[in-house]
Amino acid sequence: MSYCLYCHESYSEAWSWEALIGLKQSPLLCQDCEGRLVRINGEICRICGRDFSVFPEQYRQGDSCFDCIRWEENEDWNGILQQNRSLYVYNDYMKEIIAKLKYRGDAEIVKAFYPVMSSEFKRISRNTIFVPIPLSEERHYERGFNQSELLAEGLNKSVENLLKRKTHEEKQSKKTREERLSQKENPFEVVDSNKVKEQKVILVDDVYTTGSTLRYAAKVLIEVGAKEVSSITLAR
Amino acid sequence: MRFVSLFLNNRLTITPEILVNDSSLKAVPFSELPVVEQPPFNPTFQYNKKLQQILFGKQLLFDELSFTVDQIQRHYENGYVNYSTGVSKTSYGYVCSRCGNEKSRMFASFSCFRCKSDNCAYCRNCIMMGRVSECTPLVSWSGPEVKWSHENILHWNGELSSGQQVASQEFVERIGNEGELLIWAVCGAGKTEVLFEGIETALNLGLRVCIATPRTDVVLELTPRLKAVFPNTLVASYYGGSEEREVPAQLVISTTHQLYRFKQAFNIMIVDEVDAFPYSYDKTLQNAVSRAVTQNHFLLYLSATPSRTMKKAAMNGRLPCVKIPRRFHGFPLPVPKMVWGGEWKKRLESGKLPAHFVKFLKSQADSGRRAMIFVPSVIVLEKLTELIKKIVNVSVDSVHAEDPMRKEKVTQFRNEDIQFLITTTILERGVTVPFLDVVVFGADHDVFIESALVQIAGRAGRSKDDHNGKVLLFHYGKSLSMIQAINHIKNMNKEAGI
Repeated sequence: MSYCLYCHESYSEAWSWEALIGLKQSPLLCQDCEGRLVRINGEICRICGRDFSVFPEQYRQGDSCFDCIRWEENEDWNGILQQNRSLYVYNDYMKEIIAKLKYRGDAEIVKAFYPVMSSEFKRISRNTIFVPIPLSEERHYERGFNQSELLAEGLNKSVENLLKRKTHEEKQSKKTREERLSQKENPFEVVDSNKVKEQKVILVDDVYTTGSTLRYAAKVLIEVGAKEVSSITLAR
Repeated sequence: MRFVSLFLNNRLTITPEILVNDSSLKAVPFSELPVVEQPPFNPTFQYNKKLQQILFGKQLLFDELSFTVDQIQRHYENGYVNYSTGVSKTSYGYVCSRCGNEKSRMFASFSCFRCKSDNCAYCRNCIMMGRVSECTPLVSWSGPEVKWSHENILHWNGELSSGQQVASQEFVERIGNEGELLIWAVCGAGKTEVLFEGIETALNLGLRVCIATPRTDVVLELTPRLKAVFPNTLVASYYGGSEEREVPAQLVISTTHQLYRFKQAFNIMIVDEVDAFPYSYDKTLQNAVSRAVTQNHFLLYLSATPSRTMKKAAMNGRLPCVKIPRRFHGFPLPVPKMVWGGEWKKRLESGKLPAHFVKFLKSQADSGRRAMIFVPSVIVLEKLTELIKKIVNVSVDSVHAEDPMRKEKVTQFRNEDIQFLITTTILERGVTVPFLDVVVFGADHDVFIESALVQIAGRAGRSKDDHNGKVLLFHYGKSLSMIQAINHIKNMNKEAGI
């Protein structure tokens, strides 16, 4: 008998050969919770990794979505973020989980995604640096941890905190897309640019919403000489 | 949080790291501080009245208080506020001082930015009220007590039924003493009115009263009623998301979960639906009740379906008990009727419904009466709702515990904007709607224990003008619980002499 890491209900694991011979890690969420999450694994946007099956057809052009096309058409942002890949659709249940993690401060929830994180991103080559999206000092204190950093730890790869936020600003989630895009100053700065030069960087964040946070972070990295920047997030 | 310990006026005292400029002092997590005596009470200190009103009888986090760390610390230094450890190590694991949780699987640790420890343990049981970790102090009030009003007037002209009268009298007579009392009242007996006189008596003795109920819906329903009958009393409601938590209130209506925020606050504690999930399941919630009451207190339990232990205690006299077997309108409780539903589970999977059930749906839709259809799980809920929508041409909707629109849907159902409401057991209590019939789909399922079925049946026939609503149990073989529930209801009717 195990207890679900999210809802704390007891459940018994589904029997399988893989689990018996130790090929599959035992799940940390119960079947009910797991069932409410939607993995992204069908057709996706080439750039932002959004799941086309839950996306209106008319906002799609070929293998990209309109949002990404808009980003790429803007010369300031063209090619800044190579690509993003996300594990789950940001549905209501995922929103609840992330809210409990971030706003209630239940850090342990992140561990439910460690098995998926490490197996899904296992193939990523060795000479890349994983950089979590940082929080401002104030927000970090308020929350007690940085959820992106916790997520990155689940990759079993070397993680470096090479970014830093300049100032404390309003929460991204309280702003509209227009407000996010109209920020003039880049909120991020690179802590140690020597470590970034000529390197491939993968940013780690909890959610890709409009993509502006990740692109601002990518931009400062490119500016100090990073070869290319991509990102991975838990939800999209 | 990290604190430093230092000598101030020849006494060892503690102060939050952020208030100290001296970097030579070593800051440590709150739980690692040496034991320090609380600073003595300074009677000349100008304390903040608002802080007193918010904090009195409570146990809160720094983050929950809209005061600066500096303001709170000054109250501490003058003996008006006390700090205590939130999560402490024990010989077998940890214990949370806010909710009393001791289960090791309900603790986790993380690398904490506040105290810089790599393994700061925190309680996952009461996380919904903000994180309590090893480095989180709990703040409580140790200054002068809030003086409550002795002038609370009950504005209510209704009349009590004879059963209500007896119970009310029993309650009133016990006010001012310690002890316990169980009021075992059938669904629809009108237990809220039974409380009025006792509450008035208690308030006028300057006592503080709390009504704790397991369900938010009940808090939302009771609060306006109590505010209306006690117009010059300070009344506040506590539930996840309530905005009255800073109101100093003599009469508090709270969910059992929110009781975690209180500490030695109430002289009279009324525990509603004492048998209901999750109260009866969760030991930490029982801790919450005992933590929230003052040393000398009176506990009143209300239930339509007391647990076996409670019934036993009542029967052999250990727990004083008064029964109200008759509904306030004097008519008997509707007795559930069992209807064969066949292999409802299998049929549902193949997109079909039992014939009797379809017949019921059609005639119910034609009658224009509302129906609550109870189902055993969310999966059944979704499938059944979809199928019902195909069969009848009336407004159908469904609701379950995690439905974000739950509150709105119940209101729509009340306003007759929804005719058929399909629900999990979440609405088995509290919802009172006239002109209603009740159906249990899959009544033989394990979730429908005796008390659940009695409660569900208790939704029907609540109003004087419609005292004989239908209660149908669609099943695939009678369960023991179904039989027990029917006997329970018949016995109550017998005891009421009808």
